[in-house]
Amino acid sequence: MSDLSPAAAQPETEIDLAAAEALLGTDTSRFRHDYLEIRGLRVEFDGFVAVRDVDLTVTQGDLRFLIGPNGAGKTTLIDAVTGLVRASGSVAFGRTELLGRSTHRIARAGVGRTFQTASVFDELTVLQNLDIAAGARRGPLTLLRRRPGTPEAVEHALETVGLTALRDVPAGVLAHGQKQWLEIGMLLVQDAHLLLLDEPVAGMTQAEREETGQLLRRIGSQRVVVVVEHDMEFLRSFADSVTVMHQGRVLAEGTVQEVQNDPAVVEVYLGAPAAASDGAAAGATAGAVTSEAATSEGELP
Amino acid sequence: MDIIAQLFAGLSLGSVLLLAALGLSLTFGQMGVINMAHGEFMMAGAYTAFVVQGVIGDAGISLLVALPLGFLVGGLLGLLLEATLIHRMYRRPLDTLLVTWGVALVLQQVARDVFGAPNVDVRAPAWLSGAVEIGGLALPRTRLFILALAIVCVVALALALRATPLGRRIRAVVQNRDLAEASGISSRGTDRVTFFVGSGLAGIAGVALTLLGSIGPTLGTSYIVDAFLVVVAGGIGQIKGTVIAATALGLMQAFFEYSTTASVAKVLVFVAIVAFLQLRPQGLVSVRTRSLA
Amino acid sequence: MTVLNALVRPGRTRTLAAFGLAAALLLLAPVVLSPFRLDLLAKFLCLAMVAVGIGLAWGRGGLLTLGQGVYFGLGAYLMAMHLKLADAGPGGVPDFMLLYGTGQVPGWWEPLRSPVSAILLILVVPAALAALLGWAVFTRRVRGAYFAILSQALAAAFAILLIGQQQTTGGTNGLNGFRAFFGYDLADPVNKQMLYLIAAGVLLVMVAVVRQLTVSRFGELLVAVRDQEDRVRFLGYDPAAVKVVAYVVAAVMAAVGGALFVPIVGIISPADVGVVPSIGFLIGVAIGGRATLLGPVLGSIAVSWAQTSISEQFPSGWIYFQGALFILVIAFLPGGLASVAGTLRRRPAVAGLSERSPA
Repeated sequence: MSDLSPAAAQPETEIDLAAAEALLGTDTSRFRHDYLEIRGLRVEFDGFVAVRDVDLTVTQGDLRFLIGPNGAGKTTLIDAVTGLVRASGSVAFGRTELLGRSTHRIARAGVGRTFQTASVFDELTVLQNLDIAAGARRGPLTLLRRRPGTPEAVEHALETVGLTALRDVPAGVLAHGQKQWLEIGMLLVQDAHLLLLDEPVAGMTQAEREETGQLLRRIGSQRVVVVVEHDMEFLRSFADSVTVMHQGRVLAEGTVQEVQNDPAVVEVYLGAPAAASDGAAAGATAGAVTSEAATSEGELP
Repeated sequence: MDIIAQLFAGLSLGSVLLLAALGLSLTFGQMGVINMAHGEFMMAGAYTAFVVQGVIGDAGISLLVALPLGFLVGGLLGLLLEATLIHRMYRRPLDTLLVTWGVALVLQQVARDVFGAPNVDVRAPAWLSGAVEIGGLALPRTRLFILALAIVCVVALALALRATPLGRRIRAVVQNRDLAEASGISSRGTDRVTFFVGSGLAGIAGVALTLLGSIGPTLGTSYIVDAFLVVVAGGIGQIKGTVIAATALGLMQAFFEYSTTASVAKVLVFVAIVAFLQLRPQGLVSVRTRSLA
Repeated sequence: MTVLNALVRPGRTRTLAAFGLAAALLLLAPVVLSPFRLDLLAKFLCLAMVAVGIGLAWGRGGLLTLGQGVYFGLGAYLMAMHLKLADAGPGGVPDFMLLYGTGQVPGWWEPLRSPVSAILLILVVPAALAALLGWAVFTRRVRGAYFAILSQALAAAFAILLIGQQQTTGGTNGLNGFRAFFGYDLADPVNKQMLYLIAAGVLLVMVAVVRQLTVSRFGELLVAVRDQEDRVRFLGYDPAAVKVVAYVVAAVMAAVGGALFVPIVGIISPADVGVVPSIGFLIGVAIGGRATLLGPVLGSIAVSWAQTSISEQFPSGWIYFQGALFILVIAFLPGGLASVAGTLRRRPAVAGLSERSPA
């Protein structure tokens, strides 16, 4: 087991949406949905304002993408919501105010996130990673005992992210895409109801992107999901709505179509006034340019 | 009057701590390398002063010769340590601590075998004997000299970091190693120079300590813990924090000592530092970053 | 799961076998060793108890604690104070206080007259101090090198405090000259053998405790906290609580080791608890393999044995040897001998010694 190289860990893994259902439930009732509500959010680092006056509302069933050039404040926004950086204003998840709480309490309130660089526990097995993610509410006595078997939720998560065969493999030897899936699996067993994903498909193959997108869409129907992503094709395929950030502010918000046609967005990505061109042309140009800008940006460090 | 006497005692202790901690703030604070042998580099500086005096005889000249020579001895020891051990351990800071502790043990024993276990004395020059009377208060000249020496070292280091090309390279590597390398700065070379300077400062501190009393192989151990506390309380990466923390620690120790005993004062200072870290876990002066760590 | 299944589960049989072997060897020792050697071994076992705790806190939890001498010393001094009071008899005053002190027993010594409260205090005081300090620093995310330096400063302050309070702690001389251990005459070889057996039994229990902690979910969580503290936080755990538990367990183990050290060795002084001995505890752990179960115990016993035999012949040789061990083992063999021997199955956690930056 120990000489398992990343290459050897490659055996085909696939997302299993049916298994996701066991974890997520099938409740899509509009009366009981969760929502994230950000009002007047402001983050300041030693005088530099990274995020200002941000209002943002995301509801369950609305797979929201957050885009913007580097330095627009996307990751900082997620950091603020999860308690990593101090912020002022208001961030409410349902009726729970998150600002001012410590990170682990925010997590217990049902907020989960992933990071730009997949961060799993390299030395623990896939199973152990998921088991830890599932266990924040365990009491001391449960913690002090050996894991009796595989908890049901963990089993479902393994199936969902297609890592059942690799359950006893140290997470450190997983391929890049598999690590990112493992992180999504951890969010699922963590029972997060607000998922903040920072570039979840970066570095994935086209096929993996497709599967991840399907899974996110499936999760998004029962959870509040915010995805930070540069990949415009991915965005066009799976986003229900898009929020564009620029220099710490929300620049535009709407469907993919609406955002692409927004003159302000075009200007940010194109660097030229968009007012001159007519709607349809601007839309087409913006679409092309946005995707181009984003692609090249994605390649920057 | 008592207050002023305490104040001077505190400042004097603070200046000694500052001399001991200044090099550490460069190697630990800026490079993240915890060099437990820093105290033994001080000890080497002190013995350098002892040997120089044995050769030269005149206490005044020998002190002036010993200061740069102590810098050189400390610096070369540091360079040797960096080149042989530390450079392969930059990714394992905690392990570096233990490795350099081993080096410290060896250096102490070498001193014991070469110079003998009992303490030895280095004579202070005539122009540093006696005290300066200020308002009925006798301020020993040796202590004033160390205070001045600490100030000179701080100013020189600050200027060197700010104004020289080498200093700018050091700061660039400290702030962003990868970017600095990409801009053509050799981080290996810069690391070595930083380590040389930091360890050299330990040598100077050691020479200065010979003015305060007899010296022995365990000289370094008695200062290293306090010096590290100064760097921790001062915060990473800035000389300013080290200066303030050293002064504050010196003053606290002096005032606690005055109202209790020296040993209780040590405990109180420790408690005060832990309490202070509750307010400022990153130390007094810190550079805030966005990184997860 | 059947008993059979449980026994053949990978790792478990091996551990049980190793455990049984260790127990058999420890039981055999009184038969083959001279009383002098047995006494020495008993002392090594006490030091090994500190190592077991360090293995958990440092090897599994990444907490480089350079101040275990404080907890070792607390346990030892509390036990020594009790033995002193017991020797002096009801209402009596320990001999050294008549020499250096006021001839009065200070009030804070009084709770140690009763054997029961003495044992309780030996467990509770170190645990409370470790919990307090751990909570204070870990909740503020003081970690890595910063924690190491603070723990070391605590050891320095503790030793200086002991030296400074000669009238009540015996100062540099420490406390010594104990006559009896809970009523049993310490001059009687049979009682010395009993002390050895107690130490051996306690050590085995500690190893079993650490094994349980390691294989439990807590053990997995501890490794997770060691490697990615922030990630654990985002999963809804408070990493500070996890670290405090490991730190307190290590502290209590060190304290118990100290408490047994006193009747076995017959003296405790500041020289046994300061900065230098505190770091000294680590080298055995590192040699044996910091993240393994038995590595710290075996490494610690081997180092203690080497120290005794080398210092007997070349007094200065030991320091060079110890220094060289620190340099060579930590720099070139961070996994300890366990990583070389290959007798232990290479588990991910054993191989891993990755560290985060100190900040």
